[in-house]
Amino acid sequence: MRRIGDAPAVKRLLIGAALVLSALFLLLPLVAIFAQAFSQGMAVFWSNVSNYFTLHAIGLTLGVALLTIPICLVFGVALAWLVTRFSFPGRRILQTLIDIPFAVSPVVAGLIYLLLYGRNGWIGSWLDGHDIQLMFAWPGILMVTVFVTCPFVARELIPLMQAQGSREEEAAATLGAKGWITFWRVTLPNIRWALLYGIILTNARAVGEFGAVSVVSGAIRGQTNTLPLHLEQLYQDYNAVGAFACAALLALIALLTLAAKASLEWRASRREALL
Amino acid sequence: MSIRLQNIAKHFGKTLALEPVNLDIHEGELVGLLGPSGSGKTTLLRIIAGLENADRSPEPGKILFGDRDVSNVHVRDRRIGFVFQHYALFRHMSVYDNVAFGLTVMPKKERPSSGEIRARVFRLLEMVQLEHLAKRYPAQLSGGQQQRVSLARALAVKPDVLLLDEPFGALDAKVRQDLRRWLRRLHSELNFTSVFVTHDQEEALELSDRVVVMSNGRIEQIDAPDTLYHSPKNRFVFEFLGDVNHLEGNVNNGVLTCGDAYLHVDLPNGAEELLLRPHEVRLAEQPSDTCHLPVVVTAISPVGAEVRVELEANWLAKPWLATVRHADFERLEMRRGQHLYAYPRQWHRFKDEALAAEQTRVA
Repeated sequence: MRRIGDAPAVKRLLIGAALVLSALFLLLPLVAIFAQAFSQGMAVFWSNVSNYFTLHAIGLTLGVALLTIPICLVFGVALAWLVTRFSFPGRRILQTLIDIPFAVSPVVAGLIYLLLYGRNGWIGSWLDGHDIQLMFAWPGILMVTVFVTCPFVARELIPLMQAQGSREEEAAATLGAKGWITFWRVTLPNIRWALLYGIILTNARAVGEFGAVSVVSGAIRGQTNTLPLHLEQLYQDYNAVGAFACAALLALIALLTLAAKASLEWRASRREALL
Repeated sequence: MSIRLQNIAKHFGKTLALEPVNLDIHEGELVGLLGPSGSGKTTLLRIIAGLENADRSPEPGKILFGDRDVSNVHVRDRRIGFVFQHYALFRHMSVYDNVAFGLTVMPKKERPSSGEIRARVFRLLEMVQLEHLAKRYPAQLSGGQQQRVSLARALAVKPDVLLLDEPFGALDAKVRQDLRRWLRRLHSELNFTSVFVTHDQEEALELSDRVVVMSNGRIEQIDAPDTLYHSPKNRFVFEFLGDVNHLEGNVNNGVLTCGDAYLHVDLPNGAEELLLRPHEVRLAEQPSDTCHLPVVVTAISPVGAEVRVELEANWLAKPWLATVRHADFERLEMRRGQHLYAYPRQWHRFKDEALAAEQTRVA
């Protein structure tokens, strides 16, 4: 007697297909990036990376990511709290609205921001009158990055908080705990792993975002060029090694993110096994 | 601390969950809220706790703990202990930290010193016989142990009243028995006022000083367990408190007939429904002139102090249940398929629901 779906031929075929596809589409490109980046030796790679414009792009990218994370964190927790702990008219619509950044093409998002906050835009023209420039400057990059990444934390938290319910918070209240104490000592510890996971995803997306940023940044070298935009410019200028050096940096960040995520998952599963 | 509810009502949206309710719970009393699901008993308990707000219109009700009006007091300031149905222990905290929680969140000037907290937590853990598990996490405990932790946690802050929502609902029968007895003892030792919710009649009757029977958001009757059982105010209470056999028929000149069955009764002419508890049914081999209720034995369960016998007949819409002493069971040599005659020892009738009049006749 064999279990359903346990035919050895099918099994081998599926495993083989999975391996071949992952190698072709995932592993090989990753190897190629590093191979290209180091194709003319360490020195050339290093001179490309330590170039002022590249360093500036790295700084801007990381700076935007660093600002994006706390904003998305606060937004995500507040939204998840609202949606899972209260019932009010429009709750379901709100839950759908959260997904808009996932559904809309980032380029469209960038264009909308340009339309609203650009010098001739509805809000932008007023801001321009007060000497505030958002588009083609880092605040604009931050705004679209937040737009694109804001669902991650909320999306991680909502199902978890729904499943956990509010009984523990009610219990804390019956024991005399105030709202903030309850949040810090009861709610937060229960959602911390999902929260970290959401942060990791947010960071990955914030660092790699291209489409929306390319519309609103203006891509001025040394001023508003993020790492992905810089990479693209280098490639357009036929500086393949430079482009791949940037790509390698981005890939490195991605790999670090994945490692962090894997270690979190490992810890979480170990915790569960302990309990 | 006594609890007094005045005119407490609750709607969820447009659905009425609780009709305006008045209830007085005396100091030191253990009161059970008993009813089927959807009867509003948990809603009432959560309103007492302050976890749910009673309706403010047409007129706001009042909740008094002793002389203190707590109607507008937040749950955290009501000084209650609440035990949740599924315990609601803090899953990331050890047993010790769970019990200590209420003490550690007190404002600085009221909070006991860490040494005192430690001493009090261990005293409570000792009381619930769990001091050896202080370092464990809730997920590492059995249901009964979790429930005891939950009780210790609620008692740690020395509440004025203890509220328990289906405290033993999720436990198996044996553990439930033990915990019930234990709670009863604890209650008489510590002498706090407690209210608990249950859908289990046996639990309510065994534990409570008084039982509040609820259905459809309404209080049907408030009485001590024996009064409740022996003189239920209406048909709902009667049926909810135990198994019931129905005898429906027409009365004509003092004889109730139902198919080929008949029974002499002292009732006016018209349609009647008589109700009998299983222990009020006697079984015999012969009918009498005044009572002719032929039945067939369809199932026998000889477990326990009495034998439970299921009876069917073509004049019965639903099978009857009778409890017979083992001696009678042996004397009648009862077996499945046997033809016997039922005699009501006594019966009950709830003719006029509006008057909530109850009659019991000994046949």
